[in-house]
Amino acid sequence: MSEADLPVEARTVRLEVARTSADGADAGRRDVFDVPYDDRTSVLDALQWVKDHADPTLTFRWSCKMAVCGSCGVMVNGRPVLGCETFVRGYRTSGLVVEPLAHAEVLRDLVVDTDTFLGKLAAVQPWLVPAGATRLPLVDAPAEDPAPDRGEDALRAHGPSSGSLQTPGELAAFKGFAECIDCMLCYAACPQLDPAPDFLGPAVVATARRWDEDSRDAGELDRADVLDTEFGAWPCIQVGACTQVCPKGVDPARALRDAQRVATETWEARSRRG
Amino acid sequence: MTALRVERADVVVVGGGGAGLSAALAVAEAAAREDRRVPVVALVSKVYPMRSHTVAAEGGAAGVVGDDDSLEQHVADTLAGGAGLCEDDAVRFVVERAAGELYRLERWGLPWSRTDDGDVAVRRFGGMSRARTWFAADKTGFHLLHTLFQTSLRYSGVDGPVRRYDEHHVLDLVVDDAGGPDARVRGVVVHDQHRGEPLLIEAPAVVLATGGSARAWGTSTNAGICTGDGTAMALRAGVPLRDMEFLQFHPTGLPGSGILLTEAARGEGGVLLDADGRRYLADYGLGPETPVGAPVPRTMELGPRDRLSQAFWHADRDGRTIPTPDGGVVLLDLRHLGKERLAERLPLVTGLAKQFAGVDPATEPVPVRPTAHYTMGGIRTDARGATGVAGLFAAGECASTGLHGANRLGSNSLVETLVVGRAAGEAALAWSRAAGHPGADGGAAGAGAGVGPASADGEVVDRAAEIADRYLAMRGRGTEPPAAIRAELGRVLDADAGIYRDADGLRRALATVEDLRARYADVRVADTNPVLNTDWATTVELGATLLVAHATVAAALAREESRGAHQRLDFPDVDDVPRHSEVRLDAGGTIEVAHVPVGAEHDMRVGKRPITTPMSFSAERGAGS
Ligand SMILES: Cc1cc2nc3c(=O)[nH]c(=O)nc-3n(C[C@H](O)[C@H](O)[C@H](O)COP(=O)(O)OP(=O)(O)OC[C@H]3O[C@@H](n4cnc5c(N)ncnc54)[C@H](O)[C@@H]3O)c2cc1C
Ligand code: SF4
Ligand code: FES
Repeated sequence: MSEADLPVEARTVRLEVARTSADGADAGRRDVFDVPYDDRTSVLDALQWVKDHADPTLTFRWSCKMAVCGSCGVMVNGRPVLGCETFVRGYRTSGLVVEPLAHAEVLRDLVVDTDTFLGKLAAVQPWLVPAGATRLPLVDAPAEDPAPDRGEDALRAHGPSSGSLQTPGELAAFKGFAECIDCMLCYAACPQLDPAPDFLGPAVVATARRWDEDSRDAGELDRADVLDTEFGAWPCIQVGACTQVCPKGVDPARALRDAQRVATETWEARSRRG
Repeated sequence: MTALRVERADVVVVGGGGAGLSAALAVAEAAAREDRRVPVVALVSKVYPMRSHTVAAEGGAAGVVGDDDSLEQHVADTLAGGAGLCEDDAVRFVVERAAGELYRLERWGLPWSRTDDGDVAVRRFGGMSRARTWFAADKTGFHLLHTLFQTSLRYSGVDGPVRRYDEHHVLDLVVDDAGGPDARVRGVVVHDQHRGEPLLIEAPAVVLATGGSARAWGTSTNAGICTGDGTAMALRAGVPLRDMEFLQFHPTGLPGSGILLTEAARGEGGVLLDADGRRYLADYGLGPETPVGAPVPRTMELGPRDRLSQAFWHADRDGRTIPTPDGGVVLLDLRHLGKERLAERLPLVTGLAKQFAGVDPATEPVPVRPTAHYTMGGIRTDARGATGVAGLFAAGECASTGLHGANRLGSNSLVETLVVGRAAGEAALAWSRAAGHPGADGGAAGAGAGVGPASADGEVVDRAAEIADRYLAMRGRGTEPPAAIRAELGRVLDADAGIYRDADGLRRALATVEDLRARYADVRVADTNPVLNTDWATTVELGATLLVAHATVAAALAREESRGAHQRLDFPDVDDVPRHSEVRLDAGGTIEVAHVPVGAEHDMRVGKRPITTPMSFSAERGAGS
């Protein structure tokens, strides 16, 4: 009798999970579970099954279960994936080995450090730098427009009543880079994070390029100062693994290529500026 | 007692979603406008802010632009959707500020979808009489949240006004005289999941922005974190929960997973078909049938969500749905839109259908059924987020400002998170300053320096330590598996607190919830490790969910009429006088439900108690009427 003919309750898959306790004592431990599954069981569902029915101490992150919040990245059989959109049915014969994302410090079981990544993200000023400002003050208040005249309307609108124009073409220029969900899968895939752990890395450079390419933004030279450093965009040797594993089609490899080009092109302008 | 780390802030914001980030940014901007001491806002979130559930919002955010629309019309549509339970001042407050907030986000770089001329594009949405829903393809919430979060990074440097406490779980509020006339908030008790230790963030003002609680239902669009934590905290602190029985069911979720396919799919021209391929909505009062591909506002597929979910329920009962192991389904047909338009306007929906249902919407209709989605009720506040407890504010889905009434219109809630979030942040800062708070950086007690109890009111620290101890003591104790309690709660709410309710079902649900709460008293937390203990954290959340579910079911049983999202088979009529329900916890821990006329006490500065006779609710005592 083939597996597919078995009643759903009887179908199980072999799930091997890497465990690390919070004090790092038992790094390298592996636990194995036989997890029941059907066609719709995701890797995240399988982990949740273990937590609910076998070992409540198994620790992992998740939130949206719809591949948009970026919490649930893990390695499955050596490949970085989002657990919520990866289905167990594809592993019925091989079984699954689930490990924490590579190239990040493990805090506990499948949970890795995110703070280092967010520190790198903040370093490239991932916010809109308005034209005319080379360096932003730490804080500046948005100017309030006068409320628009709404004629007969008895209510009065509050707050700014206009924004910038941006054509669909200008939007398309950066939209792809704006799809990044900060899941860190590309970091797990990037071989350069072994020799250069401080490398800003694919997602952060993609986000820097997202703002650079935005027609409303004028922060390109400031960001180039950060990208044009030893651990900025330069550790990238164009392996392209980041783009391959990205679940959102961001193409960070292209962002890195562009960042290296911009760094070269703007070098003179930046050094003149001092 | 456990030693408690103490830190200080001028304003604590609990929650890093649309509402929480909005509140924190409002404080940061206020700092920029003044040359006084920079206020410190502690932004506390149990997940990293960009993982908050706002990230999942798809369709868009409503704000009036253009000459063929008016603020009055947006107000009128919202009031019509709310079926008599909106608070007029709240509706006006949000509508007046909606477009302003959306333009502010435009200036912060949100990638809004555009017209060919470069203006922000707007789309049609259910219940809205004009196209006024701003959108960023079908990932509006994602882009909104990331724009807010990345902008907040500007303010979260070492000296910046925003101090983030990521993956910090707020356990409870510290409140003086909870439930009494002098109730006043003093801070929050938090668990630092990374360091594995409790801490008190002492502050005169707290903004709760903890999101909704629809995860309690078994089939739900909500993320795992939407467990009603802040809602439960406010109830325990003496703030009434208003209109909790109004739970929105979204008509188009994927069967089983509950994953949402946005209303924008219908706004773009998608149609709903029964098992025979017929546009069944016309037969359930939503007609006249409109031509395919030419949607008409407020008709057929663009009717209000509650009516669409109700139509499904009837069609299901009439045997017109397709049976599946997850219950009957109908079909959302998008094929006529074509591959290109789907890719441009609905890329997320297309991907979700392919991945989670194995169906390509360009070639096949997608099976859908209603799913629990949005908590219309919540912590009772005025239009600007103030509660009846001094210093305590609430904003976003956890709050009941009176904007949504008995049924929220799609795309009104994202703007509510922005508008009320900002207002609550500003009001909280003003309150904090008026309270003459020494300030986070005031005196020798600098925040973040790990200051000891001596720097804060000793009595507050003691109470905070007691609260922390109570929660920490759950570890390693008990016999009832939390997973079983959670599953049973989801099942009973799906079965008996769904689109249509009646007294029998609700009494059953009430008895079950009371039983589950009793079992929860002996809940088992096997994991004893202090660091990243998700076994414990999710069990703490379950306690909040049970309390909020109890309030919801009691309010549903007490409302003997059908209005908006609350439909009683045994009371099909609408009462002449619209009234809010208000749930309170009495001193003995019993849930009480009262009914208050709309508008009667919306301004939190006047009258703290309704002049009504509250009814006590328990399964034994029945509906109380
Ligand atoms: C799938 C989906 C689609 C939607 N689409 C739309 C749409 O198109 N248009 C629209 O207007 N609305 C939409 N909504 C509704 C809208 O998105 C939400 O109401 C809104 O985003 C809620 O934002 P929030 O800031 O109140 O809460 P959330 O974004 O849910 O954030 C809650 C925050 O509180 C924190 N928190 C909670 N409890 C604690 C605790 N105990 N300690 C510390 N932190 C805590 C969480 O970590 C999180 O940061 C949609 C909702 C869903 C579920
Ligand atoms: S670029 Fe792609 S893989 Fe990398 S963090 Fe962003 S979404 Fe994830
Ligand atoms: S749980 Fe959100 S991306 Fe997987």
